[in-house]
Amino acid sequence: MVSGVLALQRSLGRLGDRALGVVEAWGDFGRLTLASARALLRRRPPVRETLRQMEAIGVRSITIVAVTALFTGMVLSLQTAFALARFGAKPYVGSIVGLALLRELGPVLAALMVGGRVGAGITAEIGSMQVTEQVDAIRSLGADPIQKLVLPRVIAATLVLPLLTVLADVLGIFGGLVIADLQYGITPNFYMQTILNTVVLRDFLSGVAKTFFFGWIIAMVGCFAGLRTSGGTVGVGQATTRAVVVASISILISDFFLTKVLMML
Amino acid sequence: MNASVRAPEVVIGLRGVRKAFRGKEVLRGVDLEIRRGEAFTILGGSGSGKSVCLKHVIGLLRPDSGRVAVLGHEVARLSERELVGVRKRCAMVFQGAALFDSLTVYENVAYPLREHLRLDESQLAGRVARCLAAVGLPGIEALVPAELSGGMRKRVGVARAIALEPEVILYDEPTTGLDPANSRRIGKLIVELKERLRVTSVVVTHDLELCFEISDRVGLLKDGRILVQGTPAEMRASTHPAVRAFLEGAQEEEPARSGAAEGRAHGG
Repeated sequence: MVSGVLALQRSLGRLGDRALGVVEAWGDFGRLTLASARALLRRRPPVRETLRQMEAIGVRSITIVAVTALFTGMVLSLQTAFALARFGAKPYVGSIVGLALLRELGPVLAALMVGGRVGAGITAEIGSMQVTEQVDAIRSLGADPIQKLVLPRVIAATLVLPLLTVLADVLGIFGGLVIADLQYGITPNFYMQTILNTVVLRDFLSGVAKTFFFGWIIAMVGCFAGLRTSGGTVGVGQATTRAVVVASISILISDFFLTKVLMML
Repeated sequence: MNASVRAPEVVIGLRGVRKAFRGKEVLRGVDLEIRRGEAFTILGGSGSGKSVCLKHVIGLLRPDSGRVAVLGHEVARLSERELVGVRKRCAMVFQGAALFDSLTVYENVAYPLREHLRLDESQLAGRVARCLAAVGLPGIEALVPAELSGGMRKRVGVARAIALEPEVILYDEPTTGLDPANSRRIGKLIVELKERLRVTSVVVTHDLELCFEISDRVGLLKDGRILVQGTPAEMRASTHPAVRAFLEGAQEEEPARSGAAEGRAHGG
């Protein structure tokens, strides 16, 4: 009886600790966000390092985003035409592929691919710096880790992901075009015409708009997880995994709400 | 006492400093005064909280309670931004050197100079060269940290720390992981810097040889407090059981998991 009460107390205590931990993490994330906003407003932005990060985050993600978009466009065209053929609407594959890519798949796939590649990279790099005391060293030299590490990565990712999304949009549509032509005999001309007839600028813009937020959240989560890393090299591995999971889920959940809001505008 | 002799200025004062990590109390009321120009060594076993103690001095950690006064500032009350003034005058050499491994040796040493001074590139190069020469490593500007041996990394860490000509240098386990020859070289370097630049040195170590070679005064940190302090000669002659135990290498081991690694894990 007594031991049962004790066990219950213990597990309630553990539950409480975990809940506190979660609240604490949210609080810390909010603080980091505020601190980086303040640093951005108050001081000269770290231009050179930001450019370097844009290269690391943007230029080096081109291949992975391009391949993903191209094959997604191809398979989307394949499946859509297959489905549309059932009610005799096969020629309109372009409309659906175009809408799906511009509004949803281009932005989200680019974000997920960049989130996996870059989010992990950011966490691993900053996490290693944290466990080898390099972050402390920055502070001890009178510099600010937010200015030196967080801002360049967050600014770079926020600016670069929309550009990668445009690339994904274009290549996805091109992939769809190739399959529509080769597999289903829909001429490129007709394919493009159906897209232009259905898709409006707003579709494209609402897709790209979301990616500013996705880019921000990828870098922010990456930096946050990196700065919180503890426990040596094992800790770096755990932090990296966590960062990718959190960033991916955040992208998918926020995508729904952002889309909903953008539709209301 | 002769009233005309002024008491030496206290540059670092810790009073009743307490610090716990996840409920485990590491510092339980540390009292410590370090005077200008002296070399003070905090001696203690692994996991005794030596490094934690040191990190309080430049505000990398904040005490749960107690006061930390450094160069006339109440460090524990300063914001991160206000701490910059203290950190420019009080530098730290980290245990693993903590060099920025994405930067060259040159950029590592130039880092604090770029941050705080407006120097043109030739002045900068001159200062970096002087700092590297001071630690006996001239001409290695172009190397990256991965190309350096452990001893060289530590000395570059010292070069980076002295770049802004600080009044105080904090050394976190300066000889840990070094072979005896390199350890002695680091010891010599600490003494040299103290004498040539008149810096106050605070060294945290469990290396007795280093401790007795460089220190003006020594404090033994045990159970979260400075138990005993005195000159090296006084420490050697002390009959305090904790001092005897430490000097004779008989101090009981802390449980492994609360060792140095944990102290560093909490370091941020």
